[in-house]
Amino acid sequence: MTALLEATGLVRSFGTRRAVDDVSFTVAAGDALALFGPNGAGKTTLLRLLAGLLKPAGGVARIGGDALPAVSARARVGLISHRTMLYDALSARENVRFAAQLHGIADLDAATQRALEALRVADRSDVPVRALSRGLQQRVAIARAIVHQPDVLLADEPYTGLDEQGSAALTGLLLERRAAGAALVVVTHQLSEGLAVASQAAVMRAGRFLRHEPTRELDLTRYAAEYRELFS
Amino acid sequence: MSRATPPGMFASALIVAQKDLAIEFRTRSAFLSAMVLSLLSLVIFYFAWDPTAVAAVDVAPGILWVTFTYSGLLGLHRSFGVEAAERAMDALLVAPISREAIFLGKAMANLVFVIGVQLVALPAVSLFYNLPFSSIIGPLALVMVLAAIGLTCVGTLFAGITSNTRMAELLLPVLALPFFVPIVLPAAQVTAKLLAGRPLDESLGWIRILLAFDLVFVYACTLAFPFTLED
Repeated sequence: MTALLEATGLVRSFGTRRAVDDVSFTVAAGDALALFGPNGAGKTTLLRLLAGLLKPAGGVARIGGDALPAVSARARVGLISHRTMLYDALSARENVRFAAQLHGIADLDAATQRALEALRVADRSDVPVRALSRGLQQRVAIARAIVHQPDVLLADEPYTGLDEQGSAALTGLLLERRAAGAALVVVTHQLSEGLAVASQAAVMRAGRFLRHEPTRELDLTRYAAEYRELFS
Repeated sequence: MSRATPPGMFASALIVAQKDLAIEFRTRSAFLSAMVLSLLSLVIFYFAWDPTAVAAVDVAPGILWVTFTYSGLLGLHRSFGVEAAERAMDALLVAPISREAIFLGKAMANLVFVIGVQLVALPAVSLFYNLPFSSIIGPLALVMVLAAIGLTCVGTLFAGITSNTRMAELLLPVLALPFFVPIVLPAAQVTAKLLAGRPLDESLGWIRILLAFDLVFVYACTLAFPFTLED
């Protein structure tokens, strides 16, 4: 399959420390990469490089063949972070609608409503974001990230603050996006959540991939034991 | 899948400006603060002023422009504060709009903010100093808008630069105020001449300087802004 998301030799340093050190991988349409690793392993930095938020010191990230941070590449990206990236004075609907406007979606209201309903937050959508719980804010943040139905969805700790219902909705949504042909990269500390949506899994430490393999051959219990052993 | 066509630069800028103004309209925090600051400044200047020593027409232009400048800074600082709170700037940067559009959108919203401050502060100055602004309102409005354009462009750029620093509130005026001088100086000069009853023709040189700095600042700040976003 052709790669929708392609990282080649990505390098990024902060001072003398290499946060991402020569990382290469591809994610095809309909594939999902789950990225695991301890705090400070470089997962978030890698995701920010893939979103075009950071400039790599070396290597290149491409989306559909277009190198980031080109507008044509960013138009195909949706980003979910552990920070909500929402404006707390605006309502959930206004936040999602604003994102839809920036992507030039023709039917703004319908796209906004669809995204809010997908995250089961449509009934609270006219409340200012600051009045919502952390979990509901996270749902709105996810709705904002998917309102333009991105080809590449980058999710950094997307389950932060979500309750059981929210987590189930998110897992369903990620699988739905995969089935629709999107490429996903999911950064999480929860192996079960990551492996539930992924077709490939990678473990990062000190900016490098320690292991990277397809998930179809993985047994969760054994993988979890090996993961713990890696960082013990 | 994503098939929409992202808006062009000016359309994106308008969307960003509308969003910033909607946030300010909801919270009104920066506008109210700027109002209070400008009115307090005018009260302090008024009580420090000795009308037997200096005529109102001589002191008013300076007071007017000092008040506009410092009050405007409050809104400029806030324009990037709303992006920093939950890292909303990241979502803006991932969106398929140019960095220049983000700058222009923020500058447009700040321009509306500064003009709003001017609209409230000007009648207050007129009231305190008993000055007949109504007879010169046309040319004065032109000068106020031209100055507001320059001030907001420079201010928006430095607000962006300082937004990720720990002392943004302190750094913004320290960095921006020297660059305000080429705007405030001609604006105050034209205001003084207009208040003194001189014809507009006498101020055309200053207005040209103001216009030239506006063009330079709009162009230079728009081009420089993307570099302030590099990590």
